[in-house]
Amino acid sequence: MFRNRGKRDLLDVDQLDRAEIESLLESAEAFEEVLRRPIKKVPALRGKTVVNLFYEPSTRTRMSFELAAKSLSADVLNFSASSSSVEKGESLKDTGLTVQAMGADALVVRHPMAGAPDKLAEWLDIPVINAGDGMHAHPTQALLDIYVMRKRLGALEGKRVTFVGDILHSRVARSGIKACSMMGMEVAVAAPPTFLPDWLPSGVEVFYRLDDVLRDSHVIYLLRIQRERQVQGFLPSLEEYVHFFQLNEERLGKARPDVLVMHPGPMNRGVEITPKVAESPQSLVDYQVTCGVAVRMAILFLLLGGSGGA
Amino acid sequence: MSEILIRGGRVIDPFSSSSFSADLLIREGRIVSISRGIARNGFKVWEADGKYIFPGFLDLHAHLREPGGEEAEDLESGLMAAVRGGYTAVCCMPNTEPPLDHPELVDALYLKARSMGMADLFPVGCITRGRKGRELADMGLLNSSLARVRAFSDDGDCVMDSGLMRRALRYSRALGTVIISHPEDSALSSNGQVNEGKVSYRLGLRGIPSLAEEVMVARDILLAEETGARLHLAHVSTARSVRLIREAKERGVPVTAEATPHHLILTEEDIPGYDANFKVKPPLRTKEDVEALREALADGTIDAVATDHAPHTLQSKEQEFDYAPFGISGLETSFSLLYTELVLKGELSLEELVGLFTSGPARVLDLSPPLYGGEFVEGRVADLVIFDPQASWTIDPSRFASKGKNTPFAGKEVKGKVVGVLKGGRIVYEDEALCE
Repeated sequence: MFRNRGKRDLLDVDQLDRAEIESLLESAEAFEEVLRRPIKKVPALRGKTVVNLFYEPSTRTRMSFELAAKSLSADVLNFSASSSSVEKGESLKDTGLTVQAMGADALVVRHPMAGAPDKLAEWLDIPVINAGDGMHAHPTQALLDIYVMRKRLGALEGKRVTFVGDILHSRVARSGIKACSMMGMEVAVAAPPTFLPDWLPSGVEVFYRLDDVLRDSHVIYLLRIQRERQVQGFLPSLEEYVHFFQLNEERLGKARPDVLVMHPGPMNRGVEITPKVAESPQSLVDYQVTCGVAVRMAILFLLLGGSGGA
Repeated sequence: MSEILIRGGRVIDPFSSSSFSADLLIREGRIVSISRGIARNGFKVWEADGKYIFPGFLDLHAHLREPGGEEAEDLESGLMAAVRGGYTAVCCMPNTEPPLDHPELVDALYLKARSMGMADLFPVGCITRGRKGRELADMGLLNSSLARVRAFSDDGDCVMDSGLMRRALRYSRALGTVIISHPEDSALSSNGQVNEGKVSYRLGLRGIPSLAEEVMVARDILLAEETGARLHLAHVSTARSVRLIREAKERGVPVTAEATPHHLILTEEDIPGYDANFKVKPPLRTKEDVEALREALADGTIDAVATDHAPHTLQSKEQEFDYAPFGISGLETSFSLLYTELVLKGELSLEELVGLFTSGPARVLDLSPPLYGGEFVEGRVADLVIFDPQASWTIDPSRFASKGKNTPFAGKEVKGKVVGVLKGGRIVYEDEALCE
């Protein structure tokens, strides 16, 4: 996490070590408590400006970062590709340098291309936080997911998490698999082979049927299935995917009674998950969203707090 | 034109597989005397003691970007770069704007290069009109133009239509020309950025499987076998491609192949994050692939080293990895890199390496003496390279003659340097070290 020029960026979860993750999760607990107060605001980052630079539409992640920054009393600027000079052909580098020159103290970046946040981190002197880049990484999602799992499961060592769905195209899965492994969890994936890269980290167990791994999973982590995968030939049809991989009431009945059902959102109800399961007591989807704000507060505070370090 | 005397060098002659020490006297563009102890006689002298003398190199594969891409390279900067690398002849690829699918276009380039007098230009013509992969370009007219196009390629794109590729090969039989295949099944490589494997997974970039190349290598070998036409496979990068080519050669299929310095040295593991200077097609592969390519150089399965010189502007490379173009600027570093990595490490003899830059590519193009190359005998055209094996230098793209500064080898220490180049007896490059 320590990089050039002494500043800190968050580009993927493996820039943190286990101890840093633990302390980050602890400070997130304190911020979660702040969010339950009547006045949900602390002055930790007063006078700082956080810029959300979003090259890809994302209402929930952008709002989550915006709320996190505002709850820390930072000023927030939202810059989305559709309403910016990007359409006039300004390069990523020039956009980043412009935002920095305006006095931004940190940049939160979402980009459809892998590595765009890494390039900005290299070019800029301010901290860069990756809010999701291409198929590469989504570290703040992975950290909030670990936070949620730990709140519900306690110690994570030896607990099994199963990621279900389009692992190949998913930055959530890539960062999530890393983060869960770092916390000592057993990681499994369940998907049709066309959704599974051959180069998963060693130790990740692979299943071609969700039914084969239901019973032994403490966490079932569902990924969003995009309709275009059918056209691209990754799936014969959504119906076939639903038949083998949808988490429905029947399958939930075969899982551990205390299983946690998670999803990064937005859900395709009726595809990877049925509405009833989404609203079941096992489902943590709403709690993930709540914790997302607290964890992002902890991340912003870590990178920007005080004068360059918590 | 005045005389030049090259004193005390050691001549490496891959055309006759010999090497010997001699003084060479050059007059009116030709080597007029080869013997020991030629008197200085007021001639311009190159002291080549401890240095090697090679025939001028021939690059089978360079993108000189003219016409249409002059902000990245033009004929003058590209040929200057070629000469600095020791090349006295260059095949320029036709993926220009407009593409080289018409005799007037190739002749304009050919004449311009001839007037510059730095290196011979062999324009490669398009296989298909506009490089669109739909109908054949005027191959016969291109071949009978002033530039005498002797190789055809849609390089940058593969001719995906197997029926059309078959007819191109069949048609070329009448011309005696070679079809250069860019073996890449675009359905398999689609949107890929780096080799499909653990690095593509780690970086979250779409992968280009080695299969994208091998499927087309196999197809084109079968087409060459069936049509009897000459096929050359560009920038071969995988172990399985090597195996397919080796087997084809054993069967007597008229196929030749080239490999690039970067595929012979770097692997996917060398890609540092999202540095687009490492973004190239075919992508950098694995250690096993590099080893197979090196074996293929040594056993003759691969006939030539080609640069696939692909210059790009700094701005185009300095952006999101997916948006940056593919390619490496390679003309000025090729020989020193391979001398350092292969000859000095004992994997290849100096004679073999020189052959891969001279007699090998000449064979691919079916260029035989006196038209090109040929033995070091009196009367031979003086296209010569002086190479100092002792010189050590650091690759510094800011000093390239090429406009393309895009190299993954920036900062690398190499041994051995081209210090002087004669083209038709004229000095086209002279390092300070040579003119003391």
